This record gives sequence, structure tokens and C-alpha cells, in this order.
Amino acid sequence: MSLQIMMQQLAGGMGTTILIFVLTLLFSLPLGLLIAFGRMSKNIVIRTLTKIYISLMRGTPLMLQLLVVYFGPYYIFGVNISSAYRAYAVIIAFSINYAAYFAEIYRGGIESMPKGQYEAAKVLGYTKAQTFFIIILPQVIKRILPSVTNEVITLVKDTSLAFSIAYAEMFTIAKSIAASQKSMIPFVAAAVFYYVFNFLVAALMEYWEKKLNYYH
Amino acid sequence: MKLLEMNHVKKSFDGNEVLKDISLSVEEGEVVSIIGPSGSGKSTLLRCATLLETMDDGDLYYSGDAAAKSVEQHAVYETGDKLRHIERQFGLVFQNFNLFPHFSVIKNIMDAPVRVQKRDKDEVRKEAVELLRKMGLSDRADYYPCQLSGGQKQRVSIARALAMNPKILFFDEPTSALDPELTGEILKVITELAKEKMTMVIVTHEMNFAKDVSDRMIFMDKGVIVEETTPKELFSSTNQRTREFLGKYHIE
Repeated sequence: MSLQIMMQQLAGGMGTTILIFVLTLLFSLPLGLLIAFGRMSKNIVIRTLTKIYISLMRGTPLMLQLLVVYFGPYYIFGVNISSAYRAYAVIIAFSINYAAYFAEIYRGGIESMPKGQYEAAKVLGYTKAQTFFIIILPQVIKRILPSVTNEVITLVKDTSLAFSIAYAEMFTIAKSIAASQKSMIPFVAAAVFYYVFNFLVAALMEYWEKKLNYYH
Repeated sequence: MKLLEMNHVKKSFDGNEVLKDISLSVEEGEVVSIIGPSGSGKSTLLRCATLLETMDDGDLYYSGDAAAKSVEQHAVYETGDKLRHIERQFGLVFQNFNLFPHFSVIKNIMDAPVRVQKRDKDEVRKEAVELLRKMGLSDRADYYPCQLSGGQKQRVSIARALAMNPKILFFDEPTSALDPELTGEILKVITELAKEKMTMVIVTHEMNFAKDVSDRMIFMDKGVIVEETTPKELFSSTNQRTREFLGKYHIE
């Protein structure tokens, strides 16, 4: 196999990896906020359920969760798994796992907000939704950005766990080429890819943090 | 006309009775100061009036409209649009300003009138610029709260409250977070508002200021109103508790 073909195949995997990354963030960031609300709910049933959910998601390996989401429908319900489901399983497992982590980050940020912000908003007549989305959330985002950056960087590397259900992302392809060609080059290429990807993610998040530094 | 009327207000926190049967009413154009030692219930009374706390029992009226009525010894609150209509009648200036740090000065003032009251943006801007001029902050419109001194922050928060065109404005210890030099600039602003016949209720520890600005003063202690009279009479009171409290201050 020529180097060019090797790189072409890896490039295809990179696209898939980026897609997992983007879709996971797209679903887990809003879902995490919803779960954070559940975690802070006055209703004890909702609060306890979300607490158990977060505990399970954080307390078991992501790879195991991925296998459960992928094989569960067949083993538990006897549903035949279509080949398209492999991609869905990856996004579902990653999203519900990361949502749990994001939920705790949101909760920490929301609970750190001074009561006075809510009171000022109430006296000025803002509705609860306006208070949250216009007054509270923008300030929460600034506070939690460093923690979110950590999670996002971990997610870039965690996408490689999709190899456990043989989903053809970057790492799965690198591993199979390395095995068939008895070559280290795919691993080196993969390492460079993850590193550059994370470098860009970190730079972007830092830029965003700086942009929000206009107030404190 | 009575802008604010509170009757037989009771409020406890964890069995600790903070307000014991308090009644208070404020006429249009009147300036009322509430003084008293810490823990006397004066801030709680203000927070009940501004709906930040719910009364256990009592009535609360704004311009004759009930926000809450006592029914079988429990305060029953209005809900929905009726309550929102009442909420629009008052403003509150906090001890810690509580400006929105992510909004510029001008946005702090303009956002609620535009977003909540749905007023025309250009018209609100004109009013906000005028309010800033009045507060001596014309050159600070595009600053952020973190770039201002405490006194400037408090003046912005007064402008923010005034931009809602409240009928009555409450101040909860507006100078307690400020050093003496900055205190003066806030008291000056409030004195100006008093001259313009703004109806105000002020919780304060600034005795000389309260004496000068108020039409009526209320001395509270341990959840009850000890005395309620003109500044002149309060400062020459024969009530032992009043004398004891005022004796701790140097009155000019």
C-alpha cells in the first residue's frame, strides 16, 4: 500500500472522527443543561433520578456504555441491528455520557451565581426564562468555560473509543492499516492528527475565554 | 393617595419572628426613612414590600390594588397579570447594586424597559442618556460595571431603577457598601430625587441624611415599629429605646 493511499484512507477516518466530535457536542451540551435542571429540581423524584443517571454515567467506562448502547437492542430485545445503527450508537453513547459531565459543570456554574442577580432581574420584571437566558446563562458560560474546555479536549481523544464497536473513525482505520501493513506510520499520523485537532480546540476555547474577559 | 399600604405584616424565618404585626403606608410624593439596629426587620419589611419575600400574614396594596390579602391569617398573593401589573409600580435599589456585569452601563439601564416593558428602543435610549447625565455619568455609558467605583455603580443602579418609571422607589441601605466619600454622592442623588417629589422608602443608617431628606421616619426594633413620626420629633423623642439607639449616632 502506497503512503498516498494510506493517507487517503486515514483522511476519511478523520472526517468521521470530526463528525462524532461535532455531533456529540451538539447533542450533549443542551442535554447537559436539561439534566442540570433535573439535578437542581425541587421535585425529589426528578432530582434523585438524574442523580442516579449522572452517577452511572460517570461511574462506568464509556467503552462499556458504548457496547451496551450498540448491542443492547439485540441482546435485550432481540431487535436486529442495522449497519447504520453503528453510527447512531456512537453518537447516542457519547452524547448521554458527556451530557452527564456537562450537567455537573453547568450545575456548579449556576449554583455559583449570586442571589442578587436573580433578585435584581425579578424586581425589574424579567420572566424566569428571560432571567435565566439573558442574565444568568451568559455569566455561567464565562465561569464554566475552562472546565468545558477540559471536557472537550477529552472528547477529541475519546472519539477513538468508537473502535470498540468497529466504527470506521480515524483510530479504527489507523489500527487496521498498521496491522495489515506492519507499519507504525498510521499510528504516527493518528497521533499528529489528534494533537493538531486538540491544539486547535484549545486555541479556539482560549480565544473565546479572552473575548469574554471584557468583564468580571 | 396611598401608593403603598401594608397592614399587619407578619414574617418568620425558621420560627424566628422577624416582623411582628407591622403596618406601613406611604403617600404619593412622600419620603419615608426606616432606621433601626441590625436584625430589627427593616430590610425584611422592604423585601416583603418588593415581593422578594412572601409575608406569612398581612395585606399589601399598591395604589389600592391588592398584591396580597390576609385570608384566615395567611397572606394570599395575587398571581399572573395582576401581580405583574403591581410589580411595575415599584423599583428597588440594593445595597450591593446587583448590576448585570456582562452588560454595559447603558444596557443595564435600557434592557428591562425595552425587553420587559416593550418600549421603543430609541425613546428608551434618550431617557437613559438623560438619566446618566443627571447622575453625572454621561461619559460612562459604554463602560462595564467592573470599571466603575462603588459610588458610580450605585448611581447606575439608581438610573436603572428610574428607567422603569416606578411610582415608588425603595432603597435598601444604598450606602452601606460604600466608603464615606462615595456615600455623599449617593445621598446627593437621593436628595435631588426627593426635591423632584419622587416617592421613596429608604432603609438607612445615615442619620443626618435621613433627618434632612425624610418627611417621616420610622424607628424599628425587634420586628416592631417603636416610633413613627417626623424627623424633628423622632430626634427629640422621649422614648427610652429611641433615645438609646439615636444616642449612638452623632447627629448634627
